[in-house]
Amino acid sequence: MSISITLNGEPRTIDDGLTIAALAEQIGLNPAKIAVERNLEIVPRSILAEVLLTDGDTLEIVHFVGGG
Amino acid sequence: MTDTHDTPDTWTVAGQTFTSRLIVGTGKYKDFAQNAAAVEASGAEIVTVAVRRVNVSDPKAPMLTDFIDPKKIVYLPNTAGCFTTDDAVRTLRLAREAGGWDLVKLEVLGEAKTLYPDMRETLKATEILAKDGFKPMVYCTDDPIAAKQLEEAGAVAVMPLGAPIGSGLGIQNRVTIRLIVENAKVPVLVDAGVGTASDAGVAMELGCDGVLMNTAIAEAKNPVMMARAMRLAVESGRLSYRAGRMGRRMYADPSSPLAGLI
Repeated sequence: MSISITLNGEPRTIDDGLTIAALAEQIGLNPAKIAVERNLEIVPRSILAEVLLTDGDTLEIVHFVGGG
Repeated sequence: MTDTHDTPDTWTVAGQTFTSRLIVGTGKYKDFAQNAAAVEASGAEIVTVAVRRVNVSDPKAPMLTDFIDPKKIVYLPNTAGCFTTDDAVRTLRLAREAGGWDLVKLEVLGEAKTLYPDMRETLKATEILAKDGFKPMVYCTDDPIAAKQLEEAGAVAVMPLGAPIGSGLGIQNRVTIRLIVENAKVPVLVDAGVGTASDAGVAMELGCDGVLMNTAIAEAKNPVMMARAMRLAVESGRLSYRAGRMGRRMYADPSSPLAGLI
């Protein structure tokens, strides 16, 4: 089974039953270096490994980059 | 007074005390290695950073945190590119989650051409952030009244522009910067407009607590050398301010004695 989400503005099909932390690791991201917003709400880092993604979710995954 | 240049001269923002009065940006560098070398040469203890989407198609790309260690250098997340209160607040809430700290740089821009701050939105965002537990250091116009209003709204530092972001034009209005310094109860840092070392010196001689800059270092022909120049200019400007400059005279006053002339 798979579900459709929007990740950083792009549509993406992912396995059903993934937590946000599991998705991040699948993509190759270190969950300790990112912040996640799900459907416009911040997901505290402490529960990234608990929150299950559902069909239609909109995710923003950000990190720090160079800036002035 | 026995004040010497050895007296510890620190400044404190939102309860955190720093020795370096130079805050540097981390944008526009050739690569992260050059950026890290410039930060080292600048002596900065705080760097500004932006919050952006992770590149999910290239997650193994080098990251800023691999080169500038957030455990050694304070990351000050900014809201560069935000034109509304909502965008700025949303960005900083993400930054707080990514970093785990409350000290942030707020900037809400009015338009892309000048990157001049939108003070109505900036004030609104400052109030919201302060109520939400943030410690916002706020980029603002060089307007003494606006600076005071920001302070009352919860800004932990006010950061007036010397000139437009990235312009390198130097401090355009020394009078208003000085008025802000005289009336502020929070640290004042000139943010934006510095082009060369003497501009940083001017900011410090006006009594500012610090200077924030990015382009002046990153776009120098030799960014690492310029970073050192800025470090020295900020230190020298600060010492000059503390030492108290001589008065100005309209006419000459000889330095050699007139008595005993042959």
